[in-house]
Amino acid sequence: MTMTAPLAAAFFAVIIFLIMAGVAPFLASRQASLVRIAFLFSAAASVMAVYAGIAAVSAGSAETLIIPIGLPDLPFYLRVDALSGFFVAVVALLGLFVSIYSFGYVSGLAEGRPVTSLVVFYCLFMAGMLLVLLSGDAYFFMISWELMAVSSYFLVCFEDESVEARRAAFIYLLVAHVGAVMILLAFGILAGFAAGFENFGGFTFQAMRGAHLPPMWASIAFLLAFSGFAAKAGVIPLHVWLPEAHPAAPSSVSALMSGVMLKTAIYGMIRVTFDLLHAGAWWWGGLVLCLGLVSAVMGILYALLQVDLKRLLAYSSVENIGIILISLGLAMIFKSFSMNLLAALALVAALYHCLNHAMFKGLLFMGAGAILHSTHGKNMEGMGGLIHRMPQTAVIFLIGCLAISAMPPLNGFVSEWLAFQAFLLSPVLPGQLLRLLFPLGAALLALTAAMSARCFVKVYGVVFLGHWRGKQPCEAHEVGVSMRLGMGLAAVMCVGLGLFPTFVIGWMDPITKGLVGASIGSSAQAFGWMWLTPVASARASYSAPILFAGVMAVIAAAYYILHARSSAVRRADIWDCGFPKLTARMQYNSTSFAMPLRRIFGSLLLIRESVKPGDARRPLPFQERFTYHLRVMDRVWYSCYRPLSDAAFWVARHATRLQHGRIQIYLMYSFITLIVLLFFA
Amino acid sequence: MTQTLAAQINSVLAALILLTAFGLLMQRRIYGLLHLFAWQGVFLSISTAVVGYTAGLHHLYISAILTLALKVFALPYILYVLIHKLNIKKDVEEMVNIPTTMLMGIALVIFSYHLTAPVRELSTLVTKSTLAVALATVMLGLLMMITRKKAVTQIIGFLALENGLFFAATSATYGMPLVVELGVALDILIAAFIFGIFFFQIRTTFDSLELKEMEKLKEED
Repeated sequence: MTMTAPLAAAFFAVIIFLIMAGVAPFLASRQASLVRIAFLFSAAASVMAVYAGIAAVSAGSAETLIIPIGLPDLPFYLRVDALSGFFVAVVALLGLFVSIYSFGYVSGLAEGRPVTSLVVFYCLFMAGMLLVLLSGDAYFFMISWELMAVSSYFLVCFEDESVEARRAAFIYLLVAHVGAVMILLAFGILAGFAAGFENFGGFTFQAMRGAHLPPMWASIAFLLAFSGFAAKAGVIPLHVWLPEAHPAAPSSVSALMSGVMLKTAIYGMIRVTFDLLHAGAWWWGGLVLCLGLVSAVMGILYALLQVDLKRLLAYSSVENIGIILISLGLAMIFKSFSMNLLAALALVAALYHCLNHAMFKGLLFMGAGAILHSTHGKNMEGMGGLIHRMPQTAVIFLIGCLAISAMPPLNGFVSEWLAFQAFLLSPVLPGQLLRLLFPLGAALLALTAAMSARCFVKVYGVVFLGHWRGKQPCEAHEVGVSMRLGMGLAAVMCVGLGLFPTFVIGWMDPITKGLVGASIGSSAQAFGWMWLTPVASARASYSAPILFAGVMAVIAAAYYILHARSSAVRRADIWDCGFPKLTARMQYNSTSFAMPLRRIFGSLLLIRESVKPGDARRPLPFQERFTYHLRVMDRVWYSCYRPLSDAAFWVARHATRLQHGRIQIYLMYSFITLIVLLFFA
Repeated sequence: MTQTLAAQINSVLAALILLTAFGLLMQRRIYGLLHLFAWQGVFLSISTAVVGYTAGLHHLYISAILTLALKVFALPYILYVLIHKLNIKKDVEEMVNIPTTMLMGIALVIFSYHLTAPVRELSTLVTKSTLAVALATVMLGLLMMITRKKAVTQIIGFLALENGLFFAATSATYGMPLVVELGVALDILIAAFIFGIFFFQIRTTFDSLELKEMEKLKEED
């Protein structure tokens, strides 16, 4: 085993994280040095894991290592192949940026409260995520999965004095565990068919890969695994924990949870469906596609109506997971019809979007953390004009907003464009339903892209542009160097991944070759690195560098025209339509900007809206004040989860009648049971 | 001693054990309960020794000696000391009046005979007829636990129940292996100590040994 082997490097990174988690409590008395040491080491470990991931994808072959710990006869299998290498690279890359960001951010938190638990669980969380990706058997996978879930639970309830944080963490833990049970059952079916239900021979992924499942059992295993991973990924209707947990967690943690933890669920889906179950019936893909479409459209719709910045970003994660699932569903459909090239295209679109979403959503959550850090508020209605106070953060955040809105030449555009290509290039598929689903899906994806652009225009416009809306005077200031550096590196990645997609797609070749037996690297690079031609140049091609040069030229020209001649800019008061008392409260705010869409799609949502006159005695035109009340609620919560929780409480209330607190009565229960059993046995 | 004689002696002892079980149900004094419990132990011990002699199983003698030592001397003594130290009221307080309890007990004995009828027909052991008594003793012990208010009487009910189990073991299968017997004997002794500790704890918490007080532990809604 040489140290250059990707698996050894990744494993070493995990060991560093685990050691840091163990050492951190001993440094608790010196919070400042604790933060510095812990995040220095976690940044170093992340660099190592990034290297391991990139090398593993390039190598393309699988590497296995058996660690003889755990239960007797049940060692842990570590395994890295192109697919897990890709996700290791994604996790570690964002982990690196967040570690750099945390130098400043966590130091800021440390002024208010001890951050030892945050550091410990951060390291455990990173180790857990990497181990999920590196595990080569179902048993170790579940252990790592739980490590990841439980450590992130403690991160969500880091501010454990707040009721919301505890409630959010509880919901998160509940959903995570229901999901974990489903995954466990799915693995149980797979292992049972691989080596029989009586022994542990089938618990490695290697054995599961060779299992031959009857179609019905394969479908059951797929449905169980998919719903389990969907709970983690936040697919509607299993997304309810997401908008609760993300705002409650510290921002660096939300960046990791949204940016990469959701991707481990995507990894799990790809691993189970493509690798272990070899993508079965076409309706699997159809189901994934439909759920993806629902998540994308509803996710962005809810995002648009939020006023809490982090909640908005959380709903936007639901939307992006939806987009990934759309591509994934397409890949599964194509694979089931043996259209391997198109399956490879769709899979690349899904994986590319995973990478992109990790970068820009990580960036945006870090940006939200920076805004929170300097304004001490999460509500966008009270912000505005921050571009003057935080000019550098504003520019970095703008790049994130543009990327997530899929604006060329940034990275979000590339992956969404690839997804569209997968839709548009598909030949006529058998089945009436699919023929209907494809155009509809493309249309809904376009709608999603447009609404997400609107959503982030709102975010940027309300938070950074205009004037300060808060009641207190604005005290915002630019954040520290390390925070800007962490965000800036993510922004650079957004630009880089947008400008040079051909290299990235070429690098990803081994993944698709291994999973669907085809690759689009050679055709994508057929016209050099400048032109991305997914399948054939006659059908579609895109050149990010040329577009970038064009955009830059236009910006330069505009700047020249406006600023080169000093007389061109004349500063004057805003035209006030003859009404001279303009105040900051008259600006468009978050709610009013989203109002047209609220009117159009109102029936899909649960909205409580009321306007009350301030003085009930006066007639309406002479009112001086109105109270406007708006509440947007998640329909899924009220239609799926509330009945469930109400039913659980109802059953529990009636079950407490059995509890009298008298030993005699409890004994009588046993006695009567005994007699009845003896009598009828 | 012939097989039939042994069977008859055993039946007599079984009848005496059943009698003491009923005696426990109707006894109104706590010290009386202790005496009856000790007598039950004596009969149980003799019965075990007789079974051991007729079946030629010598480890049953050890069981018999253990029973004699623990259930006739040690446990009643411990309980006596506890009752004395805790200054417990000497009356047994019942939830259901005693005649009713006796009627329920009779019904349980009939039920036990009904249940063990198939076993009696199949079994070839000397002790086959006593299985019903053993089962009845278990049920009467449970009945006693249900119908009494004080913690001490419940403990005696529990110990009587254990006697019944032990009797069932010897009568149905000529006793359990010695290791198990030793383990059970030790468990009983430890249980007695734990009960003692609990008594003190309950009394310091609630100022009484009434189980009714424990209803306060229930979660209010």
